[in-house]
Amino acid sequence: MFGWSELTPVLPELIILATACIVLILGLFTTHEKGGLLVLTSIAGVVFAAIATAKSHMGTQELVKQVLFNGNFVRDYMGDVLKVAVYFIMLFVFIYSKQYLRNKNIFKGEFFALMLFGLLGIMIMISGYNYITLYLGLELLALSSYALVAYDRDNAQSNESAMKYFILGAIASGMLLYGMSMIYGATGSLQIDQISAAIGQSQDTMLVVFGLVFVLVGVAFKLGAAPFHMWVPDVYQGAPTATTLFISSAPKIAAFAFAVRILGQSLDGVFAQWQHIIAVIALLSIIIGNLFALQQTNIKRLFAYSTISHIGFMLLGFLGGEEGYSASMFYIITYALMSVAGFGMIIVLSCKGFEAENISDFKGLNQRNGWFAFMMLLIVASMAGFPPLVGFFSKLYVLKAVVDQGFYVLASIAVIFAVIGSFYYLKLIKVMYFDESESDQEITAGFDVKSILSFNALLQLALLLFIPSILGYCIKAIESL
Amino acid sequence: MIEYLISAEFYQILLFYVYSGILIGAALAVVTMRNSIYSALFLILAFFSAAALWLLLEAEFLALTLVLVYVGAVMVLFLFVIMMLDVKIKPKSGISMYTKVGIFVALLMALEMIMLLGKKMAHVLPQDDLVKHVKGYSNVKEVAENLYTQYILPFELASVILLVAIVAAILLTLRKRSDYKYVSPESQVHVKANKNRMRVVKMETEKGNYIGGDE
Repeated sequence: MFGWSELTPVLPELIILATACIVLILGLFTTHEKGGLLVLTSIAGVVFAAIATAKSHMGTQELVKQVLFNGNFVRDYMGDVLKVAVYFIMLFVFIYSKQYLRNKNIFKGEFFALMLFGLLGIMIMISGYNYITLYLGLELLALSSYALVAYDRDNAQSNESAMKYFILGAIASGMLLYGMSMIYGATGSLQIDQISAAIGQSQDTMLVVFGLVFVLVGVAFKLGAAPFHMWVPDVYQGAPTATTLFISSAPKIAAFAFAVRILGQSLDGVFAQWQHIIAVIALLSIIIGNLFALQQTNIKRLFAYSTISHIGFMLLGFLGGEEGYSASMFYIITYALMSVAGFGMIIVLSCKGFEAENISDFKGLNQRNGWFAFMMLLIVASMAGFPPLVGFFSKLYVLKAVVDQGFYVLASIAVIFAVIGSFYYLKLIKVMYFDESESDQEITAGFDVKSILSFNALLQLALLLFIPSILGYCIKAIESL
Repeated sequence: MIEYLISAEFYQILLFYVYSGILIGAALAVVTMRNSIYSALFLILAFFSAAALWLLLEAEFLALTLVLVYVGAVMVLFLFVIMMLDVKIKPKSGISMYTKVGIFVALLMALEMIMLLGKKMAHVLPQDDLVKHVKGYSNVKEVAENLYTQYILPFELASVILLVAIVAAILLTLRKRSDYKYVSPESQVHVKANKNRMRVVKMETEKGNYIGGDE
């Protein structure tokens, strides 16, 4: 049985669900050209959810870990920190997508409703405490993403990538469920803490390891990590940029939480078995992501391969014990902020009937608009991990955690390939500053989008001031698990 | 020996293997059939065998729901869709390179899994313990109790997923035709006789320079 005591902690989820339904209905009465109200409602919903989440941390009392709904849902410090990060990123996503949809004249209310449903899925993935709940959150997010990728339905590329995403996603879900059922068979429970306890007591963990392999395949697919990365570039390129913006940012944070709940919290007893698999996946992602990015000419594909290598770095942190988890958490939050800015840049430079998705479209950006060339410089340099920017520190913390655990070879290979990878980021900067401009395309984006994007890009510098406090949140979050 | 052969335990195990065999065979046929109508029909067979397995476990409610919902509603709809879509039957072609490699890898994986699990799990598999419920045991009550108390959150989430599926399906398929000659009854009703329907045009009469006549 449940009552108010169980409903108050899930207030953020309820707010997002209600907002999604309201936006869905409001969308019926909105014409294609307008729709500011929809964006405003979505933003208001996210802000209210953020207030509801943050409220429990305002007082002097510490939030105690609450397991609700008969062990299906958990409200803990890690979940709340990640959720606040996701809300923050979703605000950028909403504003950039509005600009993009208006440009392409495909504005519909369903786009924002589906994004809000996806956000609900992300929140469930962050807070699930039972394999069923986690899986349902994942499917909710995945189903919304499939629809969002196919959103521009008159575009053949968009349809093709949605089809690929859907089929591969279904196979990955099947793998994940098969693995989960194996683990259920071995431990007799689906609840995170009970699985962990059952593994601790049993002598023979073979069946658990058997299930673990399949679960890992599913998780690696959803993250877009190396041997299961083939869908990432195609989907990133084919999807409308507004969708790419979404699937490259907030869901990555959810996938991190998903991996922590499953690997770190429930399967911690077989850490010795999964650490090798994770090490191989992480290394492969870093190598493949950086090498394949070198020869891309489409900037969306380039960012896709760069995502793969970033996911590799994030997974590397899983090997570094508690320190590593918090480094990974910091890494994925800052990465999501960079990624959203990178795709936001593509949207801002695009205008009616033209999409700035090739590297050549960035030629001579400095002559056309010095300010945005500088913004792009900040974003790209942060992705590459150049020192004064936040991207450098997130890489540094992950590597430090890994080295502390004695994985010297792993860390050095990762660094070598990160250096190789910085070549294509530098190429982008070179194109912007030293090449002759081919077009004199004006930037037509509205003032609001421009200023938000500038804010987002400047965050790469400004976050430096907050690194100690954000890292502190991450460390506290992992300690409180 | 004879006693075992006529016992209920043996009969149940026999039924289990028969239905499992049919289930696996039908599931294989679903993915290998060239004609998609046959695939759909085999899927129905697979659902029936799964329902029979549930009956063996004395889960009557689930078995009946499977038949009613999946066979009765979903599959019939599915068959309609296949028949409406005019799906072409693929001509027989040789096994492609991908299929060969795929089959090889699948067999290798299956072999590894059997080697890994077969020996160790043999003693864990249930031998011949029948599922027996006490008299008056209600399957429906058991399901309902779990679904609406223990798993209320996943249940609600599943309903949200269905909502998303509906929204996505409509979003991706609903098309407004441009050549649709639709007249809105609302605007028809609002037509005013002297404002919208008839227009009195005042024109100046032509003066001079008129053509024709015999001036």
